[in-house]
Amino acid sequence: MSSLTVPGTTPREATKAAPSPYWNPYVAGFGLGLVLLAAYLIAGRGLGATGAFSSVAAWIANALSPEHAQATAVHARYLASGTPLEAWLVWLLFGSAIGSAVSGYTAGRMAISVERGPRVTDNQRLVFALVGGIIAGLGAKIARGCTSGQALTGAAILNAGSLVFMLSVFAAAYAVAWSYKKEWL
Amino acid sequence: MFPLSSTMELTQVTSLGLAVLIGIGFGFFLEKAGFGSARKLVAVFYFYDMAVVKVMFTAIVTAMIGLFLFSTLGLLDMAELYIEPSNYPAAILGGIVFGVGFVIGGYCPGTSLTAAATGKLDGMAFLGGIFVASYAYAELFSGFDTWLASSAHPDVTLPALTGIPMGWWVLAFIGFLALAGWGMSAAERKFAGLRP
Repeated sequence: MSSLTVPGTTPREATKAAPSPYWNPYVAGFGLGLVLLAAYLIAGRGLGATGAFSSVAAWIANALSPEHAQATAVHARYLASGTPLEAWLVWLLFGSAIGSAVSGYTAGRMAISVERGPRVTDNQRLVFALVGGIIAGLGAKIARGCTSGQALTGAAILNAGSLVFMLSVFAAAYAVAWSYKKEWL
Repeated sequence: MFPLSSTMELTQVTSLGLAVLIGIGFGFFLEKAGFGSARKLVAVFYFYDMAVVKVMFTAIVTAMIGLFLFSTLGLLDMAELYIEPSNYPAAILGGIVFGVGFVIGGYCPGTSLTAAATGKLDGMAFLGGIFVASYAYAELFSGFDTWLASSAHPDVTLPALTGIPMGWWVLAFIGFLALAGWGMSAAERKFAGLRP
């Protein structure tokens, strides 16, 4: 069994039967590309993820203080398109959670666990994940989109700003990756 | 004929139902690609598993070919598609910040949801981080955001920018994908020893 266990998995996960292998990346990428194409053909827009969080944030801000939310440009922008339950991206993410769970469950990859490198603890990893989420979230707000809404969606239609975003993401990530190798390697 | 959103009167319920269906496909393929795993994702930055770039690049080229074919056959009106306005300083600054967060957090927003949906607690922590950032951005950077929106340029695509038609760009991307695929396989062999 030792060849089936990988560093960073919890014992609980390691003792279970080995999950199905991931798909060939070119096959999975082709499928993802068809989904992106379908989004364009059906909805006239691509995919996205971060916008949904702003919809929910605006809704909460409005519940706490409508005057303040309306006076805050970003909240007001998202409130203008209705509640989160009327937001296209919120439902897209809801579907994405279902699709992920179905795929993960049928492949035997559904497990309460913490993904981490072999040299950090679960708690350290959770702090890194939260901090990384805050930083990446901020970057996505500044760039008006993330790897879904800018990189994938924009690159497919040759949007210049999206291509610049994607190159910047990878350039920065490669530049700092070695400084964080203790977290992952 | 396409996009349907422009040629058909879709009710809100239909439109949101289609969003769920598209989302299901999105999440399904992300999970199948292994993108619910932070270590699989960050492996790309240590070269021993280039799946992130392979999947993204293949998806981009697939969708690009599809858009080109549908529009060439007269089935799709490209002018009806939403294109995010370009703002280079914002794309560069946001991209750099995002890239650092990607390495530290191990996910990007879409993949953290896939991770969370398959039980990964770190995926849930990352999602919490995005929410905090989204709320904080609205509270602290609304002025900056208004400036960003006003200084962005609409519809700046490579064909519009260069005058070179989309078909040539599609061919160039296909060629580049083939070349990159070969290069990435070589990199994976060279850096296989880094795999933890």
